[in-house]
Amino acid sequence: MTEPVHFLTKNFGRYDTSSIGSYMRIGGFEALRKAVNTDPKEITDLISSVKVRGRGGAEYELGRKWSQARAVVGERKVVICNADEGETTTFKDRELIEHDPFNLIEAMIIAGYVVGATDGYIYMRAEYACFRPLLLNAIRQAKNYGFLGTNILGKGFDFNIHLYSGAGAYVCGEGTALIRSIEGKAGRPRMKPPFIKVSGVFARPTCLNNVESLSIVPHLLMDEEGFYASCGKGDSIGTKMISVAGNVNHPGAFEIPFGMTIREIIDGLAGGVQRGRAIRLIQFGGASGKVADASILDTPYTYEDLRAAGVMVGSGAMLVIDERTSVLDFLRMNQEFFSEESCGQCTPCREGNLHIKIILDKMAAGTATRTDIAIMMKIARVMSMSSLCGLGETAQNTLRSAMRVFPEVFEVGGPVA
Amino acid sequence: MSNEQQSQKEIPMVHLTINNIPLEVPKGTKIMQAAQKLGIDIPHLCYHEDQRIKAHCRLCSVEVVGKRRLLAACSTEVWEGMEVHTDTQIVRDTQVSLLQLMLANHHKDCLSCPRNQNCDLQRLCSRFNIQHSSLPSVYKEQPRIVTNPAIVRDPSKCIRCGRCIRACKDVQGIAALTYAGRSSDIVVTTAYNKPMEQTDCILCGQCSLVCPTGAIVEKDDTEKVLDALQDPKKHVIVQVAPSVRVALGDAFGMEPGAIVTGQMVTALRLLGFDKVFDTNFGADLTIMEEGAEFMDRLQHGGVLPMLTSCSPGWVNYVEKHFGDCIPHLSSAKSPMSMFGAIAKTYYPQQAGIDVHDIVTVSIMPCTAKKYEAARKEMGRDGMQDVDIVLTTRELIKLIKYVGLSFDHLPETEFDSPLGTASGAGAIFGTTGGVMEAALRTVCEKMTGKTLERLDFDDVRGVKGIKECTLDLGGRKVRVAVAHTLRNARILMEQVQNGTSPYDFIEVMACPGGCIGGGGQPIGTTNAVRRKRMAALYEIDRQLPIRKSHENPVIQVLYRDFLGEPLKGKAHELLHTTYQRVKKEYEF
Repeated sequence: MTEPVHFLTKNFGRYDTSSIGSYMRIGGFEALRKAVNTDPKEITDLISSVKVRGRGGAEYELGRKWSQARAVVGERKVVICNADEGETTTFKDRELIEHDPFNLIEAMIIAGYVVGATDGYIYMRAEYACFRPLLLNAIRQAKNYGFLGTNILGKGFDFNIHLYSGAGAYVCGEGTALIRSIEGKAGRPRMKPPFIKVSGVFARPTCLNNVESLSIVPHLLMDEEGFYASCGKGDSIGTKMISVAGNVNHPGAFEIPFGMTIREIIDGLAGGVQRGRAIRLIQFGGASGKVADASILDTPYTYEDLRAAGVMVGSGAMLVIDERTSVLDFLRMNQEFFSEESCGQCTPCREGNLHIKIILDKMAAGTATRTDIAIMMKIARVMSMSSLCGLGETAQNTLRSAMRVFPEVFEVGGPVA
Repeated sequence: MSNEQQSQKEIPMVHLTINNIPLEVPKGTKIMQAAQKLGIDIPHLCYHEDQRIKAHCRLCSVEVVGKRRLLAACSTEVWEGMEVHTDTQIVRDTQVSLLQLMLANHHKDCLSCPRNQNCDLQRLCSRFNIQHSSLPSVYKEQPRIVTNPAIVRDPSKCIRCGRCIRACKDVQGIAALTYAGRSSDIVVTTAYNKPMEQTDCILCGQCSLVCPTGAIVEKDDTEKVLDALQDPKKHVIVQVAPSVRVALGDAFGMEPGAIVTGQMVTALRLLGFDKVFDTNFGADLTIMEEGAEFMDRLQHGGVLPMLTSCSPGWVNYVEKHFGDCIPHLSSAKSPMSMFGAIAKTYYPQQAGIDVHDIVTVSIMPCTAKKYEAARKEMGRDGMQDVDIVLTTRELIKLIKYVGLSFDHLPETEFDSPLGTASGAGAIFGTTGGVMEAALRTVCEKMTGKTLERLDFDDVRGVKGIKECTLDLGGRKVRVAVAHTLRNARILMEQVQNGTSPYDFIEVMACPGGCIGGGGQPIGTTNAVRRKRMAALYEIDRQLPIRKSHENPVIQVLYRDFLGEPLKGKAHELLHTTYQRVKKEYEF
């Protein structure tokens, strides 16, 4: 089972991404036509029946999210496509945007129809600015063809899509920070409530989805043979976009059926570890993800199996680190990222990242004591337990999991003060 | 009241337990307030009862059964069946760790900090018995920012709670302070790190009132006063603003709103002031001039609406933000500055003292008064009318310094002549008070009749904008009262575009007026402001003279020295000019 599948990626390379006509010739916008002639509840039921979970990392059930968004009473609702893809090693959304932009546009219109929204925002990370012309062209053409604007497909449904580029902050992938950024404010998270679904962008009810989560929907609507449902293992139904990077021969983004083993992914799809070196660790889900050692290789890639193995699907990223890099060096590199990307508002994340960096540096210098390790553990826990947003909550996932998987790294000789 | 009870009934009740104690609270209550009902004070720093919730400091993290993570008590609403624990090991560990983290990034020179023994961070560290820092210090050494006469910032003390930002933006609508940078580099600062006086800031000091630490404080001038008091050649006189006497008691364990005029006067005498006078006298003088100016504008087609000019934060605001509306501002000086002018002209003549030997000190609820006193217009012959301005907070320090048991002091009276004042002068300290004081005089002067009732209820209370219409001998006069600049802006935009329906507008920059001023004791909340407001009206009610123009000393002063309001000496000493201030950056 080392072959990738093509469900989400089936349009890749099959049409000219600058031409709506080309897209329509391969069946583009048929899903939308079908959707607007379907009761929205049927669509959310369909999504729920194959247990699609949000692909951004939080793994919230997509069908439920859309039903809740639909149930919210409010004027001028908004659908946001989170194309911030800020997690390190994650570049699967990029593939979807680059190779199938019209599918994303179609998906957003369907989402708008289902939840009853009038506006869609694509929030795209600064580094993807090269795709702005592509998406703007797709939006313009969709508008010209009447798929956007007023009275779409004669169904009395109005919807427009706006493209917004971020300014480069990782934290803007967090929902409330992303919304503030769209509003023109500094991209810093805010406390909840109010929840985004009730009061999101410009205080309008907002349904926020990852690029991949959205992209699944048009394909699912047209999947009459039930291919998607036939893929997967257990409760992890269907296929998943993953990105594999690090010390592998062929890094890249792949669409896999859930259930493929980590070994199959690394050896089969990514061409194996460079020069056949031993694996030091694999980080799942980007900088905020957890790590495993090589003992995870035969674990199937499913939500459940990965969780049981101590890691998570998260953003769908897999970073393979070979034996040349020490666990400590890897952790320091990861910490560098958070010391830079914390927004700084809340105490545990702002101050915690600072001190953990200091202690990791002490470890590298060989001056850390057992007290330092205990303090580091405590701070990591405090950050996870009490931070304001998901960034602070997950920033020490990597460290905390490394402390479990590689306890020997944290055995230092010094005394406990 | 019955309406209130009814609406309370309509809110469904929620049942929960906190530390296994069952209780019932209205739906929508936050854990923080629910715990307060049980007498449990959940530790907090960014939370402030008058501000919208920020949930930044995370000190109020508590355990809720069934939740994987701790929840912030300030921002989490209770739900039916919720089980909260505020004292478990994980909660305590978290709170102590957070305090340790803050301490490591805090300049811990507590002994020489202006907020020593009055600092929320210090109090919490003491409460949690934190006896040593467990983490290495990471705060950045940086100098205190002392660029103006009113407010001093010390970024090395800042815990990034954001209270000052909220006060500036939500209360005043100014947003001179904001966060900049990110991660451990995040700071609270001004646009382009400009000194505060060069930004939109109007020096009201509301930020210093809500700061939990010593990061934003008033500029301390107590040493100057002590030096003057020790100088045998100097004749040091002090004037005290109306709102100080209803706020000072807070710092000495008395009930908020306690009227401590007598003890305050005694304390000032014991401190060594040669004469203790009353700014209320200056307020009466202000009414004579400002009232006359208003009548003059009404009768001679002057610029209307006329705007009051006694709140220095407000005057700064007009100069900076509504420079084109300066002609609307009354040219009358504030009570403090009128008093100062008299204290440096009439008083030395009367007392036979060389003016150069006189030092005038004023005790104000206000940081912006320090700026006002330093204005070049407020003096003559190279001398300032008011030499030193202390805030209420600095007076508290002085009283503590000399070791007075304030609450046990005997009550004494202000000195004469400049200590005699009317009830109208007393209410200057609250929003609506200046308007009411002015109306008492203007109504009588314009109608020629004695008012039957002196209380103008329409301009009393805590509403942001109040208004009323009066018939002044056939001329309908419409007046409005606003407090906080956020509310003032609404009225000023009308003035600016020529649609203001009013003839006379009173504005005080601070919430509640001077009783809620930026120089008042730490802990001045809206609830406290209400009590102080009631206390000022009580002072007014009990005074035999309640109209400025009936103050006998004022009458003598005009007869013997000033002449007529608005003219000659009165004009020269008691009126001022304003200048449009160009901001460093205009967008």
